[in-house]
Amino acid sequence: MGQNLYQKVFDRHVVTRLPSGQYQVLIGLHLVHEVTSPQAFALLRERGLKVKFPHRTFATVDHIIPTEIRDRQRPLADAMAEEMLQAIEKNTKDNDVAFFGAKSGHQGVVHVIGPELGLTQPGMTIACGDSHTSTHGAFGALAFGIGTSQVADILATGTMTLGRLKVRRIKVTGKLQPGVYAKDVILAIIRKLGVNGGVGYAYEYAGEAVEHMSMEERMTLCNMSIEGGARIGYVNPDETTFTYLKGREYSPKGADWDKAVTWWKSLASDVDATFDDEVTIDGSSLAPHVTWGITPAQSVGVDENIPSESDFAEGERPLIREAYEYMSFEAGQPMAGTPVDVVFIGSCTNGRLSDLQEAAKAVKAFGGHVPANVRALVVPGSEPVQKEAEALGLDKVFTAAGFQWREPGCSMCLAMNPDKLKNREISASTSNRNFKGRQGSPSGRTLLVSPVMAVAAALNGRITDVRKLGKV
Amino acid sequence: MTTANAILASVAGRAVPLRGNDIDTDRIIPARYLRTVTFDGIGEHAFEDDRRGLKAKGETHPFDKPEYQGGKLLFANKNFGCGSSREHAPQSLMRWGISGIVGESFAEIFFGNCVSLGIPCAVVDEAAIAKIQAAAEKDPSAEWTLDVEKSELRGPVTVPVSFPDGPRQQFLTGKWNPMSELLSH
Ligand code: SF4
Repeated sequence: MGQNLYQKVFDRHVVTRLPSGQYQVLIGLHLVHEVTSPQAFALLRERGLKVKFPHRTFATVDHIIPTEIRDRQRPLADAMAEEMLQAIEKNTKDNDVAFFGAKSGHQGVVHVIGPELGLTQPGMTIACGDSHTSTHGAFGALAFGIGTSQVADILATGTMTLGRLKVRRIKVTGKLQPGVYAKDVILAIIRKLGVNGGVGYAYEYAGEAVEHMSMEERMTLCNMSIEGGARIGYVNPDETTFTYLKGREYSPKGADWDKAVTWWKSLASDVDATFDDEVTIDGSSLAPHVTWGITPAQSVGVDENIPSESDFAEGERPLIREAYEYMSFEAGQPMAGTPVDVVFIGSCTNGRLSDLQEAAKAVKAFGGHVPANVRALVVPGSEPVQKEAEALGLDKVFTAAGFQWREPGCSMCLAMNPDKLKNREISASTSNRNFKGRQGSPSGRTLLVSPVMAVAAALNGRITDVRKLGKV
Repeated sequence: MTTANAILASVAGRAVPLRGNDIDTDRIIPARYLRTVTFDGIGEHAFEDDRRGLKAKGETHPFDKPEYQGGKLLFANKNFGCGSSREHAPQSLMRWGISGIVGESFAEIFFGNCVSLGIPCAVVDEAAIAKIQAAAEKDPSAEWTLDVEKSELRGPVTVPVSFPDGPRQQFLTGKWNPMSELLSH
């Protein structure tokens, strides 16, 4: 009987079965950022331990870093942010761990820089104290979000405790329509399976639509696995994966490259692999999606109306009512036409070069200017993304149309830096969470969309069906 | 951060019923309180925005109700702790005083973080959670025991609970914080 990629990679990384029945699993790549690591390093210090595998550990600063040049001067104006930055600088230095700070040429959102450096590779186990570590699964890696205690476990031992997951294959059939992107696919998947539908599962994304996606689109897809409750999501490695990785800084070189490709190919799910569950979604019939509520499952096609309570099971209705109340939306209201105050393009979901290219193309295609009452931010995911985008003149396209072009970081995805919503503002955001208060104002509201939908919202001041705006 | 590995056969105390599905970690501890290099003092900020939001409407969050102060067991609904991996979430609950959680289901990373901190999270079905939340609301002074060993919750009503096998063994053998064990291999 064939095996799927999850089974193959998991088995190859088991160190031992622990008496509890859990597995001790070797972690091949540990990514570290400033928010979830200081307490872990402190614990190591208390116990007199050092980082066990510094050469497999890489760190950056992304969550707290301001995105305006003038605010990036040291010391940072926010004393707490400065303390966190100093902590990660010191902790990585004391432990010989590579740290990519501002102006290193590689600073950026941790899930953007891992892949672009070629650190993320098929068949690896990857962990990071961040739930969107699932992003790296796009390469056929098993990538886990973990908490700070587990960050400490991995720093100290290079291993962590894991149970086995079940695997659900999600097949997205057909070709996506123009104006429909990976972001819309994952929002549709979460809408269908729910925010906790993936608990206990790894998601394998497959099918024609996924096979045709670029690596960056696959990253968008895997990124939001956790929003569907699945701790990891992955796509089987194929030629698209290998083409992306070839020649990157940490990719294997020369004869090692050929060996690696053979090895990576052998890890893909076998043709006769079995799965604990299978779900099929017709990709060709999907519309651009937009969330209307306070969980990523509360979304509709942009041409639909906000659903009514009676469309949901009894047990879900309290949350639906809570969403109407928090958002000040009503059942039956069309989503298209909803006014926005803020537009945020960026994050580990949609802050990569191709996202910005699609967005810039849309700015040119749609024409016009961001109205004065809308604040629109474009935040590249990393310094290399910023540099390449600027080389292509994308920054000029954005600024000429009234968007602000910022320095790399997480920015308004979770607003731990100065980029925040104010009061009841509504933002159309390419990030991944529309939780209450997520974007920095306890009463702020978030509508999750693709980069092209975000551009349309910015230029029109309201949610707009991009398919009606001509060629995208 | 706890490094001790006490055997956790049960957690006893009063309960705090907290109704609602999909309560995410941004709500448990808003991101602005993640701007810290320790976990000190974050207990008082647990559910801060939810608490303020309710206060503004003239209502009171269970964490602000006098009758639930000192509660040790949290009774939650579905998919509790979804979203961000921040350990600050269970840390803030723990530092507020919570030592065990009973719920319909838990987000995976949150559950794993709770194991590492020695906070047993027990799963019960929808009917059982409705019963125990109602009982805790009716008599906030009632004492409850979450028995990890016997897999049951005893109190004004008694219901069977379940834990995944691995974590249950970790609690019962005092190996819920696995670093020492991992270091030995
Ligand atoms: S961009 Fe947002 S989701 Fe991604 S790592 Fe940063 S804060 Fe987390």
